[in-house]
Amino acid sequence: MPLPPEPDPWSQLRATTRARIGLGRVGDAMPIKDVLEFQLAHAKARDAVHTKLATAALKINIQGEVIEVRSAAQSREIYLRRPDLGRQLHSDCEALLTPGDYDAVFVIADGLSATAVSLNAVPMLKAVLSRLHDFKIAPVVIATQARVAIGDDIGERLGAKLCVMLIGERPGLSVAESLGIYLTYHPKRGTRDSARNCISNIHGKGGLSYEVAADTLAWLMRESLRRKLTGVDLKEEALLAPPESMEALGTR
Amino acid sequence: MARYATSFGGETYRFDDLKTVLACASARRSGDELAGLAAQSDAQRVAARAVLADLPLTTFLNEALIPYEADEVTRLILDSHDNEAFAPVSHLTVGGLRDWLLGYEADTAALRAVAPGLTPEMVAAVSKLMRNQDLIAVARKCEVVTAFRNTLGLPGRLATRLQPNHPTDDLRGIAASTLDGLLYGTGDAVIGINPATDNVPNCLALLEMLDGLRQRYEIPTQTCVLTHVTNVIEVMNRGGAVDLVFQSIAGSEAANAGFGVNLGILQEAQAAALALGRGSLGQNLMYFETGQGAALSAEAHFGIDQQTIEARAYAVARAFKPLLVNTVVGFIGPEYLYDGKQIIRAGLEDHFCGKLLGVPMGCDVCYTNHAEADQDDMDTLMTLLTAAGVTFVITVPGADDIMLNYQSLSYHDLLYLRATFGVRPAPEFEIWLEKMDMVDRNGRMRMAGPQNKMLQRLINAAAA
Repeated sequence: MPLPPEPDPWSQLRATTRARIGLGRVGDAMPIKDVLEFQLAHAKARDAVHTKLATAALKINIQGEVIEVRSAAQSREIYLRRPDLGRQLHSDCEALLTPGDYDAVFVIADGLSATAVSLNAVPMLKAVLSRLHDFKIAPVVIATQARVAIGDDIGERLGAKLCVMLIGERPGLSVAESLGIYLTYHPKRGTRDSARNCISNIHGKGGLSYEVAADTLAWLMRESLRRKLTGVDLKEEALLAPPESMEALGTR
Repeated sequence: MARYATSFGGETYRFDDLKTVLACASARRSGDELAGLAAQSDAQRVAARAVLADLPLTTFLNEALIPYEADEVTRLILDSHDNEAFAPVSHLTVGGLRDWLLGYEADTAALRAVAPGLTPEMVAAVSKLMRNQDLIAVARKCEVVTAFRNTLGLPGRLATRLQPNHPTDDLRGIAASTLDGLLYGTGDAVIGINPATDNVPNCLALLEMLDGLRQRYEIPTQTCVLTHVTNVIEVMNRGGAVDLVFQSIAGSEAANAGFGVNLGILQEAQAAALALGRGSLGQNLMYFETGQGAALSAEAHFGIDQQTIEARAYAVARAFKPLLVNTVVGFIGPEYLYDGKQIIRAGLEDHFCGKLLGVPMGCDVCYTNHAEADQDDMDTLMTLLTAAGVTFVITVPGADDIMLNYQSLSYHDLLYLRATFGVRPAPEFEIWLEKMDMVDRNGRMRMAGPQNKMLQRLINAAAA
């Protein structure tokens, strides 16, 4: 009669962390199962970085007026090498943005994860719009090969009081589909990153939910219009730990 | 106007100033291209190296890349320069220094003696004339030994930082990753957490947990929560168990200001930590991280190429007699180091420059998911760095840091390096591993199967 399988002593601890603990060994190396799982996760993260944003599907799901723009970065390789070009609006797109009387413009940008945008941008947008019935909202702008600061140019040209940027965050192995939101009051070219508020880590794998993020964002948007600012002076405690700021603070 | 020119294959190449020569001589990398500093052609790059090879080393003492009056890092470099130590090489050109370093006379003792006479600019310059094998061969001869609760940097040893990060700083999750790492014999350089939430109460809680774990198992190592230096001062004021003071640093006063630090605040933190008297074997207690691209990212590079200004950060580190320094080489992103080739070269340069200046240099062998790199590139870099005698590398469970979202080395990778090169942990830590019966009679880490009593006991404790 075969012996029952030995219990895995790590099972208790795996509930406390997504870290790859208790992998086991063959000689000094990782078992092949773990090697392949790692490679698949890395492949998905890379696909999230390099996949082209499916803008047609996004437009259908948004169900409203949409303006499509692109940055001055002509390809993904240039985008990755030249963050400055990803922050600039392509000159061909300037004429598409005509000024109006808007409280806010929502910009959906591929950033470093088109996967994050395809999965999360539209439900996130709908969740927050349902809380902003009294706002005058500009047509949604979809920006490709784009970084956060491209929203400054877009918001400035549309004459919007607020720019809300929904952008794909840098993928990790465990989550390749995390969406970030950057809120900028009175967007204009040259705005410093410290003048924005960020809500990060929005995704369906244990991240922030659309509803919680929408509550926070709607609160920040109203407070921002009331106090006429965004950034470090407009703090929503405990939600302001954008991953990109860690490097800037020197604590990675 | 151009003071630096050379004729090469019938063509004349001119360079406006010293920093242009240095930038153009650097191996190709995306960060210098982003900054508009890179050589315009491969031929121009070689021409810049030819100019550099003929430059006297004293050029770097007479011509500051960032003015003395404007930058405290420049002042530190020039004021602390040791002319006596410099004497054996003071007559040399940069090319002459390269040959001298590779010569048999430049042994461990000679390299140790000359270190205070070398400036980061000299070291960066000579590295640009060196192939990867030269960077390895010379770094291997350098010996930088430091101590706190164990001794790091001895020949034939390779230490590791155990990095048990967690996206919400869950104490049990961090304990689980720490336990996993200890079972592979990692953590002799430091058990160090990057906190997800960087505030004082959270750092206190994390430090208490790490210190409790260390004391409970009498682990001869040091622990660290990598919070901002101003936070760690406050943590010490509140009685926190601070072994090491951590800070990210860079190679200009302005770039350090971007990190919210200056030399004065680092001195203040160091003095406070020394007063705690927690080191049993030595008083090296500063821990610095650096990385090519940090100064450019802070718009504080002063037209200096990223490798040269990175080396200046090691002069900052050196002034504080640190226990540990590491470059986070592939972490800063593909706009600075685009692919595996660039990351590998930069990792070897950073290690060489740090060691030659007398800094206990380690490396976070790593990459992000938007860089053109993968674990094969990390295998190559960790293998080369171990051949070069790197002081320590960083390890995380399964090579996947779930908090910082990038890939480093795995605990398994350390076992590979130990087996392949015969390198061993810090001596005090090695004795502890034996005492804990974690090593078999062949000197290998025991496989911790489900029936292993030690494992069961540790797991029950970590899960409690």
